Amino acid sequence: MARASETAAVGAPGRARVWPRDVRDLGQTYGAAAALALLVLYNAVFTDRFLTTDSIYVNLTQVAPIVIVALGMTLVIATGGIDLSVGSLMAIAGALAPLIFLSDLPFGVAVAFVVPVLVTGAFGLFNGVLITRFGFQPIIATLVLFIAGRGIAQVVTNGELQPFRNPAFQYIGLGRVLGVPVQVLLMLAIFAVMAWAVRTTRFGRQVLAIGGNEAAARLAGVPVNRVKLAVYGVSGLLAGVAGLIVIAINSSSDANQVGLNLELAAIAAVAVGGTPLTGGRATVVGTLIGALILQLLRFTLLSHGVPDAVALVVQAAIIVAAVFLQRQRQT
Amino acid sequence: MTATGPLLHMEGISKAFPGVRALEEASLTVGRGEVHAVMGQNGAGKSTLIKILTGAYRRDAGTVTLDGQPVDFHSPQQAQAGGVSTIYQEVNLVGFRSVAENIFLGREPRRLGLIDRRRMHAEARRLLERLGVQVDVSRPLGSINVALQQMVAIARAISFESRLVVMDEPTSSLDEAEVATLFGVIRQLKAEGVSVIFVSHRLDEVYAICDRVTIMRDGRTVDDRALADVSRLELVARMLGKDLAEVRRSGATGFTDATHHAERRLLEARGLRGAGRTLEHADVAVRAGEIVGLAGLLGSGRTELARAIFGADPVEAGELEVDGRPVRFGSPADAIRAGIGLAPEDRKTEGIVPEMSVRENLTLALLPAISRYGVVDRRRQQEVVDRFLRRLDIKTTGPDQKIRELSGGNQQKVLLARWLCLDPRLLLLDEPTRGIDVGAKGEIQTLINELADNGLGVLMISSELEELVEGSDRVVVLRDGRTVAELPHEAITEDAIMAAMAEGPATGGGERDGG
Amino acid sequence: MATTSAPARSVTRARLAGLVQGQGALVALALLVLFGALRYDNFLSSYNVTSFLANNAKFGLIALGMTFVIMTGGIDLSVGAVAALASVVAAMVSDRGLVAGIAVPVLVGVVIGLVNGSLVAWGRLQPFIVTLAMLLAARGLALTVAGNQSVAVDFESGFTALGTTTLLTLAAPIWIFAVAYLLGVLVLGRTPFSRHVLAIGDNEETARLMGLRVERVKLLVYALSGALAGMAGVLLAAQYGAGQPAEGVGWELTAIAAVVVGGTLLTGGFGSVVGTLWGVLLLGLIFNVLNFENGRGVISLSPYWQSIVLGGFLLVVVLLQNRLAARQT
Repeated sequence: MARASETAAVGAPGRARVWPRDVRDLGQTYGAAAALALLVLYNAVFTDRFLTTDSIYVNLTQVAPIVIVALGMTLVIATGGIDLSVGSLMAIAGALAPLIFLSDLPFGVAVAFVVPVLVTGAFGLFNGVLITRFGFQPIIATLVLFIAGRGIAQVVTNGELQPFRNPAFQYIGLGRVLGVPVQVLLMLAIFAVMAWAVRTTRFGRQVLAIGGNEAAARLAGVPVNRVKLAVYGVSGLLAGVAGLIVIAINSSSDANQVGLNLELAAIAAVAVGGTPLTGGRATVVGTLIGALILQLLRFTLLSHGVPDAVALVVQAAIIVAAVFLQRQRQT
Repeated sequence: MTATGPLLHMEGISKAFPGVRALEEASLTVGRGEVHAVMGQNGAGKSTLIKILTGAYRRDAGTVTLDGQPVDFHSPQQAQAGGVSTIYQEVNLVGFRSVAENIFLGREPRRLGLIDRRRMHAEARRLLERLGVQVDVSRPLGSINVALQQMVAIARAISFESRLVVMDEPTSSLDEAEVATLFGVIRQLKAEGVSVIFVSHRLDEVYAICDRVTIMRDGRTVDDRALADVSRLELVARMLGKDLAEVRRSGATGFTDATHHAERRLLEARGLRGAGRTLEHADVAVRAGEIVGLAGLLGSGRTELARAIFGADPVEAGELEVDGRPVRFGSPADAIRAGIGLAPEDRKTEGIVPEMSVRENLTLALLPAISRYGVVDRRRQQEVVDRFLRRLDIKTTGPDQKIRELSGGNQQKVLLARWLCLDPRLLLLDEPTRGIDVGAKGEIQTLINELADNGLGVLMISSELEELVEGSDRVVVLRDGRTVAELPHEAITEDAIMAAMAEGPATGGGERDGG
Repeated sequence: MATTSAPARSVTRARLAGLVQGQGALVALALLVLFGALRYDNFLSSYNVTSFLANNAKFGLIALGMTFVIMTGGIDLSVGAVAALASVVAAMVSDRGLVAGIAVPVLVGVVIGLVNGSLVAWGRLQPFIVTLAMLLAARGLALTVAGNQSVAVDFESGFTALGTTTLLTLAAPIWIFAVAYLLGVLVLGRTPFSRHVLAIGDNEETARLMGLRVERVKLLVYALSGALAGMAGVLLAAQYGAGQPAEGVGWELTAIAAVVVGGTLLTGGFGSVVGTLWGVLLLGLIFNVLNFENGRGVISLSPYWQSIVLGGFLLVVVLLQNRLAARQT
C-alpha cells in the first residue's frame, strides 16, 4: 500500500494530513450539523418559546422556498455550473398562477399549480440549451433570464401587485397536514427524493462525474448534454414550486419582489452546506443544513433585537467561515 | 568557493509524509557541465528528491550543497535566484502571452514604470539565438509548437543565469524531431558549463544525452554510475530491484512473442477524415483477438483516429464498419453500446474523475447496465468492483478510496477495468503504459496480451517502438493524418516502423500501400 | 505539419474571439447610435449625450474594476453593495468638503476590496462566494450606517459640485469616466501589472512557478475594484444629492454583462478595457433608445420591457460571439 499512499501525499505538496480521511469526512458532514445543533441549543436555552411548534414551523416555513430552490441549485453546482435565474423564475411562476386561478378556466387551481411550474421548467431547459448547445458559460446563460425573467413577470402583471384570496390554491402555503405546514412537507419530500437520487441513481452519479471531469464522463458514455439539460430543467421546476409557495403565503403576487435575491441565498446555503462551487461533489443533506443554519442565524439575531441589516453582516461572516473551514478539510 | 568539486551534492536526504517515508537517506551528486539522469519507478522517490532540491518541499533531514555552499531553498523562486531552474513536464508558461513576455514575466524591462517592449524583444531574441532557436518573439506562446515552447522555458531558465537546470520529463509531449532540437539545446548548455538533471522514463533518451545516472528505488539511491558503464538491461534490473538474469529471461515488456489467431474482422475504418487537419485519410482494420499497433509521430493523427472511431470527435468523411455493417457513432455512448471502449492518452484530464471513488470510476460506463429504472443496483456494482480489483490486482485501500490517491499504474488499471467490466469486443488504448512505472507497465502489457488471447480486438497506440514491436500482431503507421504503411507481424521491426513514420509512402486516394 | 497543439488552437480561437467580440460590441454600438441619430431628433443633442454619459459613469467605473478582476479569472459580486455603502459614507462626510467626500468612501471601497482580495488570495476561497458574502455584508453595513434610509448630502460644502461642475462643457463625472478608462487602457497595454494579471488568469499555477507574486496581484485587483466601486458610490451620492443604502442592487451583474459583451473572457487570461467601455455604453444606450421610442408616442413600452430587451440583447450578443468565434477557427 505504500505506493498508493505515497502518490497521494505527493499529490498534496506541503499540506500535511492531520486527520485520516474518514475523520475528515466525518468532520465535513457533521461540522455543519454540529453548528446547526449549537444554534438550536442556544435558542432552546436563551430564546423564549423557541421550542414550540409555532416557532419551529415559522422557521421551517420561512426556509422552505430557499431549501427547495437550493436543492435544485445543488445539482446544478455539482455539475460545475450555476443558476442565477431561479429568483426571476420564481417571479414568473408567481405572476402566472394568479392569472390562471383568477380566470374562469376549468380546473383553474389545478392548472395554476401545474402550468407555472412547467413554464419555469421550460425556462430552465432554455438555460440548459444555451449551455449545452450554444456553449454559453452557465453564469452568462442564466444571467440572461436573471435579467429578462423578472421583466417577463413584470410585463405579465404590468408590474402591479396582485392580491388574492383562494384557499384551494393557498393550501400550498397556508395549509396543514396533521398540523404540519404543507410547504414544510413538500420541502421534506423534495429533499428526500433528491437525497435518494444523488445517492442511488445513475443520474446522480452522472451529475457528479460531469462535475468531477466532464471530458472523462463524456468518454465513458455519460450523456453529458442530456444530464445537464435535466439538471437545469429540475432547477427551473423547483424554482417554480418555490414561487408558488411564496405567493400563497403572501396572499399576493408582486413580480418586483418574489424571489428577489433568492439565487444568492440558495447559493449561500449550498456553499455553507459543503458542496464546493467547483463541482464534482454534492451533499444534499448539507444543503438542507446550510439553509437551516442561515435561517436560524437570522432568526436568532432578530429575536434578540439585532436589526436585519446587521444580521446580513453576520450571515456574511458565517458564509465565509463555513467555506473556509471546509476548504481546510478538503485539502 | 571552490570551482572544483561537484556542482550539486545532496546527502542523507530524508522526507516523510504522514504514513509514508518517501525518501530515506537518498543522495544525488551532479558534476559541473554534466547531464545527469535520475531514474526509478513511480514512487521510487525521484520527484520528491527533485522537489526538495527546487524548494517545492522541505526536507526532514540531510544536506544540500550547491557549488560548495550549503543551501536550503524555501520556494521555487528562491531556488531560481540561487541558480537552480526547473522545466516541468507540462510546459509551464502562459499561452496567451507573447514569447518575450513569457521569458521576462515578473522581471520585465521597464522605462518610467511601463514595459520597455523594444528592449524586452531584443533581449528575448538574443537569449533564443544563444540556444540556436529562431522564432518571432512577439507571437503568443500558444501559437508555437510544444518543442519551441520548451525552448522558451529553457531560455527563461538561462536568463536567470542558472547553473543547474532540472528537466522533469521534458520529452513526454515532444515528437522525435523536437526531441532532437531539445538535445541540441542541452548540449549547448553543457558546453557553457551548465549542469542538467534529466528525469525521464525513456531509456533511449537517457542513453542518448546523459553522462551519468542516479538510480532510485523505494526512497533510496541504489546506484550512481556513468551510463557508459551500465547496460540497459542492468539499468532496468536495478530499478526493479531484480536479478539481471531474471529480467533477461522475461524480456523488457510484458508481451509474449506469440502471435494471436486473428479471426473475423471486427472493425474497419476506411478513409476517415476529422474536422481539423490532423486526420486526413486514415485506414485501419482490427480483427477479433488481435492487437493492432498504431504508430506515428506526435501530430500524425493517432489519437484523433481513435477518437473519431469512438464517436468522440466528428467524422467528416470516410466509412466505418463494425462487424461488416456500416456505422457512424454520434457520441461515445453509441460506440460503447456497440462494444467499443477507449482508454485515453491523458488519464488525468480525460480518464479519471479524481474526486470520485475507485468504485464509481470503475463502473462509470457500466451504469446503464447495472441500473434498473435509473436506480443503481449496489450489489451488482459491488460484485463487479470486487471481481476486477482482484483480477487486475489493483492496489487500493478499498473501493471507496478516491481514485486520485492511487498511483498512475493503478489508475490505468481502473480505467481498463472500466471497459473490461462491459465485456467489450474492441478496445482502443491510447498510450496505455505512458507514465507508468516499469512494474505496473509489465502487468498491463501482460493483461492486454491475455485479453487478445481471449478474443478481444485491441488497437494500441504507442510511442514506444519496443512496445509496438513486442506487442503487436500488425502495425499500422500514420503520418500527417494518413495511413502510410501496414506492417504484417513478420515485418515488424523498430527500423521498419521508424522508416514508415519518417518517410513511408503517403497514400493519395483510397488505396493503401503495404509495408 | 499540423504542429498546432491544443493550447495553440485555443489561443488562436480566443484571440479571434476576443477580436470579434471587442469589435462586435463596437459595431453594435455604432449601429445603435446611427439608428438613434436618424430616428430621434434630439438623440445627438449635447443634453442627451452628456446626461447619458454622466449617468453611465458609475456603471463604467464598476465595469472597469470588474474587467481586471475577471481577467485574473475571478469575479466581484460585491461592487453594487459597495457603491451603495460608499454613497452613504460620502453623504455622511460630505460636510468636510470635496476631498474628504471623495477620499473617505474610496478608502472604504479599498478596504473592502482588500478584505475580498485577502480571502481570495491567502484564504484560497472561491471569489464567487467571498464576494457574495461581501455583497451581503456591505449591504448590511450600508443599511445600518444609514439607518435604513437615504442620507442627505451637505449642500453647503461643495461636495455637490462634483455632480454639477462642468469643465469644457463636460460634467465632472464624464471627466472621471474618461480619465479612468484612459488610465485603464494604459495600464492594460503597457504595465507589468497587467501582464501579471493576465498571466494569473491564464494559468495561476504557472504564474506562481514563474515567480509572480500571485497573491499580491490578486489583492491589488480586488482593491482596485473596491476603489472604483467606491468612486461610483461617490458619483451616486453627488448625482442624487443623497447616500442611497438600497441602491446598486444587481449592478454587479450588469457590469459582468458589459464586460462579457466587451469581449473579456470570463475564464480569465484575456481581456479588453476598450471592449468593456463599448459594452457599458451599449447596454446603457438600450435604455436610452427605449426612452426615446416611448417619447415618440407611437408605441408605449412599459419600463418593464427594458429588462427583457436587455436580457434578449445579452443573449443575442453572446450567441453571435460564440458563433463567430466558432466559425473563425
